[in-house]
Amino acid sequence: MSVSHRVGSDHQLARLLQIGIVLEEVVEARAHHHYQSLTPDDLDSEIETLLSDAAEESADHRDRLESLIADLDAESIPFEDIEALVEAQYAQTKPEDFDGVLYDQLCNEETAYKFYDDLVAAIEESDAQFSVDRARLLDVLRSIREEEADGVEEVTQVMETRE
Amino acid sequence: MNTADQYLKAIYLIQEMEDGPASTGALADMLDVSPASANEMIGKLEARELADHEKYKGVRLTEEGIIRARDALQTYCIIERFLANVLDVEDFRGEARELEAVIDDTVAERLDTIIDRNPNCPDCFDAETDACAELEAECETTAD
Repeated sequence: MSVSHRVGSDHQLARLLQIGIVLEEVVEARAHHHYQSLTPDDLDSEIETLLSDAAEESADHRDRLESLIADLDAESIPFEDIEALVEAQYAQTKPEDFDGVLYDQLCNEETAYKFYDDLVAAIEESDAQFSVDRARLLDVLRSIREEEADGVEEVTQVMETRE
Repeated sequence: MNTADQYLKAIYLIQEMEDGPASTGALADMLDVSPASANEMIGKLEARELADHEKYKGVRLTEEGIIRARDALQTYCIIERFLANVLDVEDFRGEARELEAVIDDTVAERLDTIIDRNPNCPDCFDAETDACAELEAECETTAD
């Protein structure tokens, strides 16, 4: 075990970025299936935009994480398999009601924010040299974290206006 | 997982293996920290009523400490299972040990939604091998 909160190697960093990609995949799949599960009565432009923006943003985050991994000295993982796995899992999941969709989306954004926040802190605390440029790495992760924070705010606002 | 939770999990595992209190030395060895660091954290856990320390005997978790430790162990099982089943990581034990400090419980909960964990988790965790016994069996079957 290690009680160190630092990221110490390319390999460890790549693994954490891969976990980020899976989390984004999960967010995208959940948003997509929630969207599909809404009845015509539930669908309005605000909720439609929220879910489609969330899916689009997750796809963009995934691309940015993938481009960081490509610069690291680490083996790749079978993303097609992961995509299929997540898809299969969420095809069976339906939120219980409309509030469930928004609440779940809030959890998605909050979890992603927490993940990137911990990751940025662990990289900042580390003095390890990575194959990827450190400034670029932190820029990308901080900007994704910022977008997750905006996402939390956006969902919270929608929830508040619907109370 | 924060540092306190990692200590609680380690104390719990040693307690289970020893069927008694965890010595500071064993705890420091398991976590790869100095005995002084282990003692400092034990003091903090005692102050939070999560553990009781008895001189010359070792540290034992309170009921509340055991609940927290089992939650932490579940998070650890999720990380191991995720690495082995989703990312196909062969050295899932070693990597889980490296990553646990950076993966928060809420993140692990999300990862848990795409893995099939045993309902008896974390009782399936084998402290001797530092892995979920069910997961080990699955990996052996796959390797065969």
